[in-house]
Amino acid sequence: MSDDKQVNKTRRNLVIASCAAGGAAGVAAAVPFAASWLPSDRAKAGGAPVEADISKLEPGQIMTVEWRSKPVWIVRRTKEMLAGMASVESKLSDPGSDVPMQPEYAKNEFRSIKPEVLVLVGICTHLGCSPQSKPAEDKGEMGADWTGGFLCPCHGSKFDLAGRVYKGAPAPVNLEVPKYTYLSDTRILIGDDKKGA
Amino acid sequence: MAAAEKPPVSGTGSVALDGLLTWVDQRFPLISTWKAHLAEYYAPKNFNFWYYFGGLAMLVLAIQIVTGIFLTMNYKPDANLAFASVEYIMREVPGGWIIRYMHSTGASAFFICVYLHMFRALLYGSHRAPRELIWIFGVLIYLLLMGEAFFGYLLPWGQMSYWGAQVIINLFSAIPLIGPDLSLWIRGDYVISDATLNRFFALHVIALPLVLLGLVMAHLLALHEVGSNNPDGIEIKKHKDANGIPLDGIPFHPYYTVKDILGVVVFLIVFVIIVFFAPEMGGYFLEYNNFVPADPLQTPAHIAPVWYFTPYYSILRAVPPLFNSQFPGVVAMGVSVMILFVLPWLDRGAVKSIRYRGMHFKVALTAFVIVFLILGYLGTEPITVWGQFGSWLGNADRATVVSRICTVIYFLFFILMPWYTKVDKTKPEPERVTH
Amino acid sequence: MKKLIGILLLAIGSPAVLFASYSAMASEGGVRLDTAPINQADVISLQSGARTFANYCLNCHSASLMRWNRLTELGLNESQIKDNLMFSGDKVGELMNVAMIRKDAQKWFGAAPPDLSVIARARGADWLYSYLRGFYRDPARPTGWNNAVFENVGMPNPMWQLQGERVRVEHAAKGEGAKGGEGGHGGAAKSVSYEMVRPGTLTPVQYDETVRDLVNFLVYLGEPAATSRKQIGIIVLLFLLALWPLVYALKREFWKDVH
Repeated sequence: MSDDKQVNKTRRNLVIASCAAGGAAGVAAAVPFAASWLPSDRAKAGGAPVEADISKLEPGQIMTVEWRSKPVWIVRRTKEMLAGMASVESKLSDPGSDVPMQPEYAKNEFRSIKPEVLVLVGICTHLGCSPQSKPAEDKGEMGADWTGGFLCPCHGSKFDLAGRVYKGAPAPVNLEVPKYTYLSDTRILIGDDKKGA
Repeated sequence: MAAAEKPPVSGTGSVALDGLLTWVDQRFPLISTWKAHLAEYYAPKNFNFWYYFGGLAMLVLAIQIVTGIFLTMNYKPDANLAFASVEYIMREVPGGWIIRYMHSTGASAFFICVYLHMFRALLYGSHRAPRELIWIFGVLIYLLLMGEAFFGYLLPWGQMSYWGAQVIINLFSAIPLIGPDLSLWIRGDYVISDATLNRFFALHVIALPLVLLGLVMAHLLALHEVGSNNPDGIEIKKHKDANGIPLDGIPFHPYYTVKDILGVVVFLIVFVIIVFFAPEMGGYFLEYNNFVPADPLQTPAHIAPVWYFTPYYSILRAVPPLFNSQFPGVVAMGVSVMILFVLPWLDRGAVKSIRYRGMHFKVALTAFVIVFLILGYLGTEPITVWGQFGSWLGNADRATVVSRICTVIYFLFFILMPWYTKVDKTKPEPERVTH
Repeated sequence: MKKLIGILLLAIGSPAVLFASYSAMASEGGVRLDTAPINQADVISLQSGARTFANYCLNCHSASLMRWNRLTELGLNESQIKDNLMFSGDKVGELMNVAMIRKDAQKWFGAAPPDLSVIARARGADWLYSYLRGFYRDPARPTGWNNAVFENVGMPNPMWQLQGERVRVEHAAKGEGAKGGEGGHGGAAKSVSYEMVRPGTLTPVQYDETVRDLVNFLVYLGEPAATSRKQIGIIVLLFLLALWPLVYALKREFWKDVH
């Protein structure tokens, strides 16, 4: 054989180049397969924002709409409900909503865009059960200084009328406020805060 | 403790890797397998173009399994949902259309590779002793592949899927006595229905692929036991050097691994051209009528099987009914495939390779290929495709007459083989491979 | 040598196969079809076709495998789609379904109007182009309409106001040969033509263009990924064509040792 070292270098370079190209081809070929696991158009359509009509929602009433297979509560809070919220702040874990469980525009004392309408995702932040509505009148079950809110039946977490969690509850943070926006005074779009969908 | 009789692994270039492989090799036949089937499996050095297709068939098998798995993640095997779920994959699953087209192209590519692979065997006598068992495993793989394709074709639930399955399963009802009950048992219902779709799905996705994988392994083990044939049809193990290595042999790795990589790239170029630029292939790989959802109440004007079945479909159509039964046609179609099993014993030639055979065999093989192609083409068309003869031949369809002649030649290729291979004037085989 | 023959066979065989089957598709049942002059890259044509489809087809036919918001691929935004193409209360993320109930449709038309999502893949662009321009008045039919391409079709002419009303006129045999005959079976030596008895709002050329755009859209509807398929295909092919000489050099390098 002629120049031994010469032949070996060519061979080695060709092998390395082929392996590199083959590896690149393999990665490229894997892309469509991995991509096929991303949400499909159908899944994305199912996750689309939902419109809620609150024209018939009376003060003190709560309605539930489904968004991304989750219950979303819309509560038309009365003046009494709003007044009672300040009094319980000392009993709450996160009264100022410091943990980002809400969009910027809901980081206020009422955790909503307009004080009288509350929008919450009705899933307990402990382990995912759906809490029950407990109005202020339920003092027998909830205690004498209950001003209204929600009680999770699974492990006893309590939330006030802005979805803020009480101290001593297993739930670590306040209930989630989803992105939402007013399309008009009586129509709320849940899941999106940019108009023109 | 493992008795350290095996030498440790060395030469990978990394001490750590050497150590890892040694640990494995002490507990698993890693190096002995590597040597027996790759680094020290000595294959003839004169493999040519025809020898690419076995490895390519294995590549297509891998492609079908991977794309098939990913299709199963989104396909719905329900008569009401199946058709729409395929379009869901095509339109809404990211990358879904690539996966679907690879699978549909792969199905046809599989048969192209397998037919060319089988033809290589006929050319060079790879079916002859001592390789009869490799051939038998191969014919079993071919049969199972046809079944796999048949079950798979029902899944898109288009008009061709439905009616093609209906026609083929109705063939079983032509079997005397047990026919209709057999068809009912296969279908699970009085007509092709959701019950049929579900069981064909299970067979296509897991049952037949498992058996296919086992048969492919058996096929390769049988091959490596005897050693590969070659274009000269001579046994390279007859002439070995002082170390017992065939003089005309070269280790499969690196020579044929590197050559097969080249073959793979060329194959992929053709494959990619089809997948991305002509996935329907003029209606032969994806039939136009299969874009119409299955309708049990409307029979298509023209039902034809997919192209890889059409030679046998032609034979079925060519045989006239006997006593009002289509059963003779069914038998002829069955025999036309099954006769492949006994090929090693029909071939009495003095030599293996066509290079040294005489005119008898060359004429016979050429005629066989021509009639197979004609039968294949005619099977894709309605029987009226070539018009009719005049009244002097009873206004018979020309295609029927031609199919009948071709069917006879097809069977004669096998039936007369013990005679014409024996009287064939062969040339003397060389002692060492030529080219 | 054999390798060359094999590759040549494949190279000649594939286009031959394609040609044979395209001509088979184009001359189904003896009816000569006009070639649809469509261009899938013409986005304006596709938008126009989408509008025609929404206005004239979606009343009876669904396209239930296609989502409305996919039409943003044609250069429209979601509010344009919602305002100009969607007439029911559907959301833009939903499928292009139709309100007509199948059982009613079956009763009214004899056969339920088929879903059109993949009609272009089943019938082909030329057939659709010829069919949609092939309607003529026929008092013998329950809908009052017949079609030169699809004899005794159950579908009325959805765009008759645009096309106008034509009738089928048979001419006696002129000498020999049925030159210019359509719709006949070629055996009888008569010829057939179609005459406009009441013009529509579009001229024949304008109507042909409308149908061309509609068929263009239907082809897109059949396979929305077609354009990106070809674009990705070029890249993949170029990569493999570059890889080929590399692996060939690798093979040659190793095989220097042999012989």
